[in-house]
Amino acid sequence: MKVRAQIGKVLNLDKCIGCHTCSVTCKNVWTSREGMEYVWFNNVETKPGVGYPKDWENQARWNGGWSVKSGKLQPKAGSKWRILANIFANPDLPSIDDYYEPFNYDYQRLHNAPDSKHQPVAKPFSALTGYPMDKIEWGPNWEEILGGEFEKRSQDYNFAKVQKEIYGQFENTFMMYLPRLCEHCLNPSCVASCPSGAIYKREEDGIVLIDQDKCRGWRMCISGCPYKKIYYNWQSGKSEKCTFCFPRIEVGEPTVCSETCVGRIRYLGVILYDADRIHEAASTASEQDLYEQQMRVFLDPHDPQVVEAAKAEGVPQQWLEAAQRSPVYKMAMDWKVAFPLHPEYRTLPMVWYIPPLSPIQSAADAGNIDSEGLIPNVGSLRIPVKYLANMLTAGDERPVIKALERMLAMRKFKRSQTVDGEPDYKVLEQVGLSEEMVEDMYQIMAIANYEDRFDIPTASKELSAEDPYGERSGCGFSFGDGCNVSSNGTTKVDIFGGRRASQRAFPARVEFKTREKEKEGQT
Amino acid sequence: MYEYFHDLAFAVFPYIAGTVFLVGSLIRFEKSQYTWKSNTTQLMSGGTRFRWGINLFHIGIIVLFFGHLLGLLTPTVVYSTFMSVGAKQLVAIVTGGLFGLITLVGVGILLHRRLTDPRVRKTSYPMDSFILILLAAQLITGLFTIPVSMGHLDGQVMQQITAWAQGLVTFQTGAAATIYDIHWIYKIHMFLGMVMFLVFPFTRLVHIWSVPYGYIWRAWQVVRARAV
Repeated sequence: MKVRAQIGKVLNLDKCIGCHTCSVTCKNVWTSREGMEYVWFNNVETKPGVGYPKDWENQARWNGGWSVKSGKLQPKAGSKWRILANIFANPDLPSIDDYYEPFNYDYQRLHNAPDSKHQPVAKPFSALTGYPMDKIEWGPNWEEILGGEFEKRSQDYNFAKVQKEIYGQFENTFMMYLPRLCEHCLNPSCVASCPSGAIYKREEDGIVLIDQDKCRGWRMCISGCPYKKIYYNWQSGKSEKCTFCFPRIEVGEPTVCSETCVGRIRYLGVILYDADRIHEAASTASEQDLYEQQMRVFLDPHDPQVVEAAKAEGVPQQWLEAAQRSPVYKMAMDWKVAFPLHPEYRTLPMVWYIPPLSPIQSAADAGNIDSEGLIPNVGSLRIPVKYLANMLTAGDERPVIKALERMLAMRKFKRSQTVDGEPDYKVLEQVGLSEEMVEDMYQIMAIANYEDRFDIPTASKELSAEDPYGERSGCGFSFGDGCNVSSNGTTKVDIFGGRRASQRAFPARVEFKTREKEKEGQT
Repeated sequence: MYEYFHDLAFAVFPYIAGTVFLVGSLIRFEKSQYTWKSNTTQLMSGGTRFRWGINLFHIGIIVLFFGHLLGLLTPTVVYSTFMSVGAKQLVAIVTGGLFGLITLVGVGILLHRRLTDPRVRKTSYPMDSFILILLAAQLITGLFTIPVSMGHLDGQVMQQITAWAQGLVTFQTGAAATIYDIHWIYKIHMFLGMVMFLVFPFTRLVHIWSVPYGYIWRAWQVVRARAV
């Protein structure tokens, strides 16, 4: 047993209102830079839909994640030789159009347009080329609230083995939100596919980062990540990804997306895991067993043997205590209401999701509610269980049904307790919950106070060999070549192509350019 | 006068170019590793044109690079037992010609892409286009040496050039004199080759230093422990 600790995360989709505050705050902090205009470390997709980038879940197309070939675990893209053979041109790389062509609006035109019969408009122009864009074909959230026709959205990978045609009908349509960020996997395939060895997982908190100095831009990680959460910064020529806001996590603060979440759906807490079991779990033959197998990698923080082993590995006491209180552990392991996103990619993701409940189908609602004893049959929920199972358990419906039933039971119990004044204990028996558990569930999942959602121990810098005192007046965190003095000359770009940190070009600065053709048409 | 410039180009300039190449690479790696990259534009335009161009170019240029390296620096005694000088020249002409053409097609495709694709053009540095043009010029002059070489298949000129190259790397003064009377097309080709070394540290070519051979022996996963 090799105990390691990680800050895990759970997103309660049942409460996501799709406001995109997480995406916007993340964007403002991390990706509002030249070369990163199209990048969203955190984005919220409306499902069903093909997502961002288009069709990202379909690994037959992108070759992300892992595959088991004759019992051996290797990246789906192939062996190391195969990955190196494709180094000149990665055949699986998404193009910018699979994300979208980033654009800005020419607001200056509203100020300086000449006299004309019509109101001037702020035309869009490409943030890549500066050319005007006659028609915007796709954007960061094109399918928002079921935008676009069902024909296209139904290409959604999660519709596998679902009779999807009926969900195109107005009466049967359904939707849900899926906020996505880097999964900070236990078995990350981005790390495995990086020829430079620039991507690494931090031992002390499990955060997966890209060493910006070591990255050479071989761009194998971009296709290697099945969640498509590594992006190519076309300005710097390096890959960048969600950092899990590590400068915040290190001081015990939640990530920006979690901190600003309006719906209070995000949870952060310590998970202890056995690093020795990762390979075995990821190599499991059946895809549907991967969810169970990943739970076996997690360790019970109350088990004295685990605590002993963790101490021997140098996990700080503060972290062990946090692990015992961890809301993430409770939701994933005690209550079994949270699931990994697409466990079939075999990366053992560490951002888990609580499936959303949905209204009972109108037919059942009108007269006879199809109920299994005390709670409604989850099969009659508007979102098909198979769809959720395809997303969260590689298609195994049983754990998802159980989780949804527990959530329904929690509602029913609390309603009976607070509205009827007569707690309904039978409903708890039916789903195997004790009153104590359901009260805790209610406190954490429904009330979701700040201190219940986030239990983040600080990074124990005192254990580091580096003297934190020296960091006091150091450069601190900065983007790119930031603290490097080599780019502080008098020219904008130094002789090696580095740019001055104090003068970074932003997308908004791109000048509006008029095409020759358009110029002729106007005069 | 001609002699003076000949010496400047083939006795002094090689050392300037070589020094800038080595010291410049080292300084860039040390001071600004963030700028050390392949600088791929596949994201901007990665279709069939890119794939053909980039693969043809890289396969060709790798063979050409090692061909030149071995051809120029292998002492005659090493191969003379099994191969005559004339035979070696013929091998050089055939492989150089074939892979030179492959590389030229690749560079042509890539140059066309870089100059005509608005996304690629607008997001690249002037140096990216410059290096492609330099490579194209280098390939064309290299291919033009073939008809000249066909005129003297005894390998005598090749011997002069290898003597020069070996003289340079072993720091022998007077190396430039050995190639004083060779055809001007060789001289242009060689000069452009040295220019390539000169500009190397200031371009994306630095990614050549970073061939990721270590990947083959590395474990799949990389975990960094905090310094304790």
